[in-house]
Amino acid sequence: MSGKIVLARLKALLGTGGVERDPVGLPRAIPESADALSLVCRLAHEEGWKIRIEGQGTWLPGDAPADLAVSTRALDQVVSVSPADLVATVQAGTPMETLRRRLADDSMWLALDPPGRPERSIGSVAATGTAGPLRHGFGPVRDHLLGCTVATGDGRLVRAGGRVVKNVAGYDLTKLQVGGFGGFGIIAELHLRLRAMPRADVTLLARGPRDALTSAARDLMEAQVMPAALELISPALAAESEWVLAARFVGTDAAVRGDVPRLSSAADLVWQPLPAERTASFWSVVARGILGGPVTLRLGVLGNGVDDTVDLLAHALDEGLVSAGAGSGMIRWTGDAPVERLREVRRVAASREIPMTLERAPWPVRRALGHFGAYREGVGQIVGRLRDSFDPGQCLRVALEGVTGD
Amino acid sequence: MKPSLVKPSLVAALERIVGPRWIRHRRAELKTYTMDGLPTRESFPGLVVMPASSAEIRDILRLLHLVGVPFVARGAGTGLSGGAVADPDAVLIALTRMNRILTVDPVLRRAVLQPGVVNARLSEAVAPLGLHYVPDPSSQAACTVGGNVAENAGGPHCLKYGVTTNHIVQLEVVLPDASVVQLGSLQGDPWGPDLVGLFVGSEGMFGIVTEITVRLEPVPPSVRTMLADFPTVRGASEAVSGVIAAGIVPAALEMMDRACVAAVEASIYAAGYPTDAAAVLLVELDGQPDAVDGEAATVESILRQAGARQVRSATSPADRARLWQGRKKAFGAMGRIAPDLAVQDAVVPRSALPDVMDRIEEIRTRHRLSISNVFHAGDGNLHPNISFDRRDPDVTHRVHLACREIMAACVAAGGSITGEHGVGSDKIDYMPWIFDPETLGAMRAVRCAFDPAERSNPGKVVPLHACREWRAAPGVR
Repeated sequence: MSGKIVLARLKALLGTGGVERDPVGLPRAIPESADALSLVCRLAHEEGWKIRIEGQGTWLPGDAPADLAVSTRALDQVVSVSPADLVATVQAGTPMETLRRRLADDSMWLALDPPGRPERSIGSVAATGTAGPLRHGFGPVRDHLLGCTVATGDGRLVRAGGRVVKNVAGYDLTKLQVGGFGGFGIIAELHLRLRAMPRADVTLLARGPRDALTSAARDLMEAQVMPAALELISPALAAESEWVLAARFVGTDAAVRGDVPRLSSAADLVWQPLPAERTASFWSVVARGILGGPVTLRLGVLGNGVDDTVDLLAHALDEGLVSAGAGSGMIRWTGDAPVERLREVRRVAASREIPMTLERAPWPVRRALGHFGAYREGVGQIVGRLRDSFDPGQCLRVALEGVTGD
Repeated sequence: MKPSLVKPSLVAALERIVGPRWIRHRRAELKTYTMDGLPTRESFPGLVVMPASSAEIRDILRLLHLVGVPFVARGAGTGLSGGAVADPDAVLIALTRMNRILTVDPVLRRAVLQPGVVNARLSEAVAPLGLHYVPDPSSQAACTVGGNVAENAGGPHCLKYGVTTNHIVQLEVVLPDASVVQLGSLQGDPWGPDLVGLFVGSEGMFGIVTEITVRLEPVPPSVRTMLADFPTVRGASEAVSGVIAAGIVPAALEMMDRACVAAVEASIYAAGYPTDAAAVLLVELDGQPDAVDGEAATVESILRQAGARQVRSATSPADRARLWQGRKKAFGAMGRIAPDLAVQDAVVPRSALPDVMDRIEEIRTRHRLSISNVFHAGDGNLHPNISFDRRDPDVTHRVHLACREIMAACVAAGGSITGEHGVGSDKIDYMPWIFDPETLGAMRAVRCAFDPAERSNPGKVVPLHACREWRAAPGVR
């Protein structure tokens, strides 16, 4: 099918304003509603077109070979905000920064600080499951989603979950979408669980050798000092000469006032508080720094395995840009490496029972490795059946297993 | 009459797997298993088998797969939506013998256990290590962790710490075709899509969990439990919103209405709640002592501003336990009022609580029923409980009508039909109220990915037509 024909059919569906060509001439659909997104998927399914999913285009590169790019950038409305219920409904293409500002107007807050640029879309954060350092205190991305609307590969709209904070009606399809990388549909809208804007937000830094910092982090956990983030950051990522352990306390004045003094007594480190005006810029450097290489890996490892796993990464790849939850343990590595070496890291990690997810990479790497790679025995069949169900024509060009062909 | 799929030859084959002692197939023996906590749904299973190990479950499911017989897994039978009730064509697999805690790792804060472990026993077992398992359904003294996984159970302390799904990191599951899969990881980060998140709350329709790895949490160093009483439910609701808006997330925030308080205070679980209050709130804060002290002062001020007549804190661990006993045994206390209790479970946006309460009162009056309300108010999760006698068909009919109207009122307020008890068979007819046919179809298809023949807990959660509609959609193979 020629691009011209694809373009013509899309224009008939979305109007001229809803269609463009990407920099290399690929037709790009820019639907403005979930219904329009669903129509685009239905058309693609009927015509057998392959779809590349794009949010704001700031996290995963828009390079998957496809017949059609689908951008969610026009799905950028904050649909509703309920301060009394601490719930918001937002379209998936809404930039995180836009959402943050809108919520702040009502003294509310979404406790997610994903890596990447501030204009990254909330749909991208959900689809790729990329939580930032606040995961330590507030949980992974899935804990902040109450429900979502998803367009399947063949254009059906699935409305999972709801707008209440506790809900067990039916199967939790939202969990399947969070971190599903779009393999089970394109997220159009999300219901988010909010929090009241924290009254206090204090960050303290300690610097030193990595093993001393990880040991101190374990002491803090043991002593039940529970910052909202306890992040170990490599020198390259922190733009410092040493490893940094950053403890961020977020909450009521009483809670933060009570917790901060306990840092020094629980862990034998010199802590330096960041001046309030530097807190945002420090965490912004960490978040943006993770875009400093073309490949980002996420390794699920508990706090006591952080040192060994960082050693593995440093040995097999390079020390790179590393951010590790020193308490909750998830490690994020960014850098560059050939596919074979990344595959070897995944193999060694798997032998240590550490799952490795490819969070971000150019298409050839994603295609070769897959976001998840091989599954545990028996799981691949389930995932395959789930994908068949949500994308029966295999329109969605998402390399979950690393076997998707061109 | 359709011939039963549960034939004598199946009984003999199952006996060879678990031993004759662990099979129940005579009618009198089966009576115990005809109901769970839902008094309006009763059915005799074809037979009951009680395995003692994962291997036995695999063998049982392999056999049932070969002969095409459906099955239902059952824990302690404390579910309140009819989810663990089996029809005569199905085998009921009772998991109560699988009640061992297999390992506890205090450093990693993980425990691996069998599905029949009673919820409260887990926390008791790890208490000497300074740890506990957070999800605490009111039935925690009897319900099993496997059942909690099936229902994604909640409890008072889930406001701050999350429900069951937030505390399960790995599952060993036997699928209906007898294959064994490991979902999730010890770390909590999945090997692939979040299938643990998908499995938890699937109400036994994807397979049987044989091993559960849970996250344990440290016992908080300081706890403050406060009791406040209000002249109006609306005032109490405003207090709840005020506390949350102040950025404070209490460990628990529970409300009971006048009828509930009266039932508790008239029972052996009397906790000293003021019986003349329209509503009482239990607020629990936990954390470091300084933080708890500071937040308690703020909470007290918010409660008083919202109209609390009295605010008092528990003065000792025994006093705190007493305050909680009243709340946790509220359902038991209601058992004094009538022979049967329909425990309802719905969720509404927090801000809608007062209006929905007015609506429930109107329904109660019109149907001439006794309804007492207890809420996980911080979550907007309410339990309107109807005391009745099911031997009276007229009353039973009115209970059905009232339950339906209450659910409709909650849905109309933007809520959901269940917050922690599940859909089971009780609420399956309400599912189309909150999910459109395409979403129901997607649910059914997801179930089929785990259980293509749909033999695991058949007839629950998703109305039957949904899968046909989904499969009939254009392009679906």
